[in-house]
Amino acid sequence: MQSTHLTNSEGAQLLIEVRDLEVRFATQTVLRGINLAIPSGQTVALIGESGCGKTVLLKSLIGLIKPYQGATFFAGQNLANMPEKQLMAQRRRFGFLFQNAALFDSMTVGQNVAFPLRQARSHVPEAIHQVVLSKLAEVGLPDEVISKKPVELSGGMRKRVGLARALASNPEVLLYDEPTTGLDPIVSDVINELILRTRKHHTATSVVVTHDMRTARKVADRVVMIFPLERLADDEPQIIFDGTPAELERSQDRRVSQFVRGEAGERLMEMRENL
Amino acid sequence: MGDALFDMVADWGQLIVEAATNVGHLALFSWNALSWLVSRVPQRDTLLSSFYQIGVRSLPVVALTGTFIGMVLAVQSYYQFSDLGLETRLGAVINMSLVRELGPVLAATMLAGRVGSAMAAELGTMRVTEQIDALTCMGANPIYFLVVPRVLACVILIPSLTIMADFMGVVGGMAYSVYVLNIDQFHYWQNAKDFVSSWDLFYGVLKSVFFGAAIALVSCHRGFCCGVGAEGVGRAATAAFVISFVLILMLDLTVGITLDTVHNYFWPKGTRVF
Repeated sequence: MQSTHLTNSEGAQLLIEVRDLEVRFATQTVLRGINLAIPSGQTVALIGESGCGKTVLLKSLIGLIKPYQGATFFAGQNLANMPEKQLMAQRRRFGFLFQNAALFDSMTVGQNVAFPLRQARSHVPEAIHQVVLSKLAEVGLPDEVISKKPVELSGGMRKRVGLARALASNPEVLLYDEPTTGLDPIVSDVINELILRTRKHHTATSVVVTHDMRTARKVADRVVMIFPLERLADDEPQIIFDGTPAELERSQDRRVSQFVRGEAGERLMEMRENL
Repeated sequence: MGDALFDMVADWGQLIVEAATNVGHLALFSWNALSWLVSRVPQRDTLLSSFYQIGVRSLPVVALTGTFIGMVLAVQSYYQFSDLGLETRLGAVINMSLVRELGPVLAATMLAGRVGSAMAAELGTMRVTEQIDALTCMGANPIYFLVVPRVLACVILIPSLTIMADFMGVVGGMAYSVYVLNIDQFHYWQNAKDFVSSWDLFYGVLKSVFFGAAIALVSCHRGFCCGVGAEGVGRAATAAFVISFVLILMLDLTVGITLDTVHNYFWPKGTRVF
């Protein structure tokens, strides 16, 4: 099995590495030439406009989407070359909060949160119940929700249950796909706080896909911005910014500053031309 | 003219490539499901839930269909047979048609309509709402968790459903013949007994196992390959029923010919297996 470097240029231990990643769906190329190295313990915000490939990149990190070219490495091992059973074991080291929580409709909240623990076979049934209660408490949900079905919960509560499920097995890596999308500002802030608290208590490596700049500023150590391929020339890199949140604010790149300030810019001109 | 012909050839080519890709994908999917089926025992909870949904909840509709088809056979056959003075032979015709053909095919069709579409819609919704991705992320194999219990439930329970359809059809046909058409009950049963053997019952039940496997695999495959949105889920559910139904009829022919060939080879005409 192919192995990668375990440290970056600053000597930090790398947990995730993406090399020359290209992802295609049928004839459409979504990601091209993506290189990204994430050291252990870092929180990275992946930002960019809708449809630029942030979620595709996030899913590639856990091997849900297979690369057309290039590779994704986790703890030095290429996910594409891993046998199925080893890949399943590696995935248990991740926690994934999906955009709409992706809770299992047929199960109760308690069964949803317990699912990764049952999969890992790391706890006896009595201990699983205690872990479920503690994780629900950690995300600010009362014990009563344990027997409810996901359809009985509000959007914010579903996100919290999704977060509790992602945290249940104390994963080394947490992947968040647009954790605050579709939520009101107050619940969004609650989710941001939960992400920060998780980072503090679990010392996990996190990747947060978002187009909410408040989330990016609040939770990230590092911000990576991706640009849609159809707006780039063939020789331009798809990652147009990689730095700290403070550097993001000072960026001179017009594409970055427009996104940060939420300005449509030339998109408005395009709309007028099309009218 | 040249362009139109070129477009038509291109369209046909695309259709053939898509069909071949789908068949190949279904074959790989089935192989994957079979590998998991023999390598690891499914979890008790998921298996019992599938047994209940697929078996217990299908019983009433299968029993009802069986009863009516038995009575319809009696109605349709009576006039032809009574013209020839052979109305007491109705039992043989009805029971033979039911246990060899109509029982297995109708039970399978009801299963494809009631359970196949539901499975495709449920798994399709799970695909669209990223629940299948969530399973994968938690280190679970979706084929093992979602497909294997459904395939097992269909394969194990469809013989019971077929026997229920056969039994209710026989009862329905007899009730209509004896109590409405006033055919002598003794001769009705005597003729039925002389013509229908245990092999005929076994023949129908064995065919149903193939139907059950086809329904489960096709429906789960359609659900897993579901397109985006509500339209994608709707298409998956429809395609699951249509493909399952076509496959049931194709399997009915091919498995029927194979079983008859095997039977005639080992037990030539006039002899009985059991």
